[in-house]
Amino acid sequence: MALSGLQIYKLLPQTNCKECGFPTCLAFAMKLAQKGTELDKCPYVSEEAKTSLAAASAPPIKLITIGAGDRAFGVGNETVMYRHEKTFVHQPGLVVRVKSDAADLAEVAGRAGAYSVDRVGMTLMLDGLAVEDAGGGAAAYAAAVAAARAAAPGLPLVLMSADAAAIDAALSGGAAAEKPLIHAATASDWQAMAEVAKKHGCPLAIRSENGDIDGLEALSEQVRGAGVEDFMLDPGTKSLSADLAAATQLRRLALKKGARALGYPIVSVATAPTWQAELVRATQAVGKYAGVIILDHFEPAMLYSLLTLRQNIYTDPQKPIQMEPKLYEIGSPTPDSPVLITTNFSLTYFSVAGEVESAGIPTWLLVADSDGQSVLTGWAAGKFDAEKIAKTVKISGIEQKVGHKKLVIPGHVAGLSGEVEEELPEWKIMVGPRDAVDIPNYIKNVWGA
Amino acid sequence: MTPVEIPVEQWPGAVREVTLGSSYAGGTRGSAVTVGGETALPFLGFEGAMPHRPVIAVEVQDMHPADWSAELQAAWGDAMDDAAVWAQKAVEAGADLIALKLRSCHPDQGDNSCENAVRTVERVLAAVPVPLIVYGPGAADKDNEVLVAVAEKTKGEQLALGLCEDKNYRTIVAAALGNGHAVIAQTPIDVNLAKQLNILISDMGLPLERVLMDPTTGALGYGLEYTYSVMERLRLAALMGDTMTQQPMICTAGEEAWRQKEGRAEGDVPEAWGALAERGVAWEIATATTLLQSGADILVLRHPASVGAIREAIDDLMKGA
Repeated sequence: MALSGLQIYKLLPQTNCKECGFPTCLAFAMKLAQKGTELDKCPYVSEEAKTSLAAASAPPIKLITIGAGDRAFGVGNETVMYRHEKTFVHQPGLVVRVKSDAADLAEVAGRAGAYSVDRVGMTLMLDGLAVEDAGGGAAAYAAAVAAARAAAPGLPLVLMSADAAAIDAALSGGAAAEKPLIHAATASDWQAMAEVAKKHGCPLAIRSENGDIDGLEALSEQVRGAGVEDFMLDPGTKSLSADLAAATQLRRLALKKGARALGYPIVSVATAPTWQAELVRATQAVGKYAGVIILDHFEPAMLYSLLTLRQNIYTDPQKPIQMEPKLYEIGSPTPDSPVLITTNFSLTYFSVAGEVESAGIPTWLLVADSDGQSVLTGWAAGKFDAEKIAKTVKISGIEQKVGHKKLVIPGHVAGLSGEVEEELPEWKIMVGPRDAVDIPNYIKNVWGA
Repeated sequence: MTPVEIPVEQWPGAVREVTLGSSYAGGTRGSAVTVGGETALPFLGFEGAMPHRPVIAVEVQDMHPADWSAELQAAWGDAMDDAAVWAQKAVEAGADLIALKLRSCHPDQGDNSCENAVRTVERVLAAVPVPLIVYGPGAADKDNEVLVAVAEKTKGEQLALGLCEDKNYRTIVAAALGNGHAVIAQTPIDVNLAKQLNILISDMGLPLERVLMDPTTGALGYGLEYTYSVMERLRLAALMGDTMTQQPMICTAGEEAWRQKEGRAEGDVPEAWGALAERGVAWEIATATTLLQSGADILVLRHPASVGAIREAIDDLMKGA
């Protein structure tokens, strides 16, 4: 938890020697509190003060990296309870679990590694594969992990076993280089697990039962005492209501109380007997503070929903995803192709572009600068009005590219058509549909008619 | 080791309670539904109360919605030809309320008469014991005509009438006021606009115990995060004591989710999207679950499978509330 200027001042020598470049120790402390200078500017600061200040300036939830290489991902470093307060920063890893004795282990691993969907210009992928020990002994487990690695090279792993020897065998078999997450150390076996994590330099999940926060704190102290620095918290909850209570309490304790022992990202084992129930649990976990979400069902519809939700929730509310305002060519438009105008909110752009593209209609798509707002919100905020539409048309150079003068404006701003006609007297202004999904029909049946 | 002290937020404010459906003074409902009353964020029983569980309304239309997703057509089948039969099936599927949309009265959908609209409402009331939400066709002038006619003929039933928007609330609020109904106040994803409309409605004399807020729903992938954050801000303001934000919230998760390409497109989409049979329901479940977290008190859904999944989710979440 960040210290105030006065709290920092109490840790300084209070001699006002000015060697730091500030007139007084208090002024230096104030600047430190604002993160405007560095503590090492003070030549006389005590070791004790350094330690307390370093601890106080560490992020309240530690950033933990899982995996190595291109697909490694970091979770943690969050600073707010609600995304509107600032933003959520490190989206939770979505990890599919497979049993070590499953006949289709390599196939599932391969599919998890290859799964991807494109959405608003981004490629969304799964983050990892969890290999759950089926209990066949250390050698069998190590072999299963090796098979998974071969089937999905570079895909981060979560090694799930109650048997520290099995985890050790898998890591010694080569997996250690990929820095998998070990799951999990519990009250009964934490020493052995901590030793394995330390030996291989891998992050370790610690688990209590049924949302026992006291148990997690105790384990955290023990594991830290044993020298493990990178870990994650699994509150061991088994229902939606318990998941929510535990995740909310852990996040609050870290952010509001500065609870160092609990300042680590959360692992949510969101598995359920049906994919529908699993989707509900994982959906809650995306919004409510999970760092890694473990799933059992390889149901594409569920995975696509979760990847989309994660993208939504982790978008910075202050910075909607925007497109560059300009003239876009969809397909290979000719002088006879239709001219559509919309706003530069990325979702708006991709909805429109996606529809005309999949319908195979070459189109000139003009994108106006609405500060990244959608058609309706842009119109309401005065960022997408007749003047903006006219200006976008004029500077785009579209007039030299088409033989007609027909401009289609979105149905949501039908009321602007008269004003746009005044601004662009040579153009015929046509009112398109409200929803992008209806554009292909509109072009086929209305535009050309 | 001393036990970890769990930080608990103490809120000075609470959400108002709104009751729909009545069994006396003209009302014929077998059961009433009360929503709201929360004194903490959703389902956080360790710091406050959630005296009433969020409820599920199933959307029923007064004409066969030929433009709905094939998945929805398959799920409800012939029941979609008759609003009363459809409503019965919806109650069997787990609906706590019926949200009846009088779409056939829209000038573009046949311009059905107010008399016929009233008849449909009466038939649905006779067919099911649960409370009703009644939506006009979604054309301002016709909404006024239809909802006034319905409000007068159903005096005492304690319906929720929608939608009241800033340009179109007076007539509907007056009809609710005179006939014992509640209203749904819809504003476009904005805290201040929502407050303002509640003030305008309250200024007409309608008690706020008869006002539901619809913050406007964005589906998963289509603006859900905007709705989510505006709802969180509205609910936090309510709990902090801002009296004009203390209305229970209603979200049209089903309509929005099924309107999107993900709820409709079969074939010709990437394999990673999954099959429409799973995808449409998944889209609705994820949308609805997210909105439960941000404070939805009434979820209007469309597919019976989503109704089942969300009911189970609410059952579980209420164990913590």
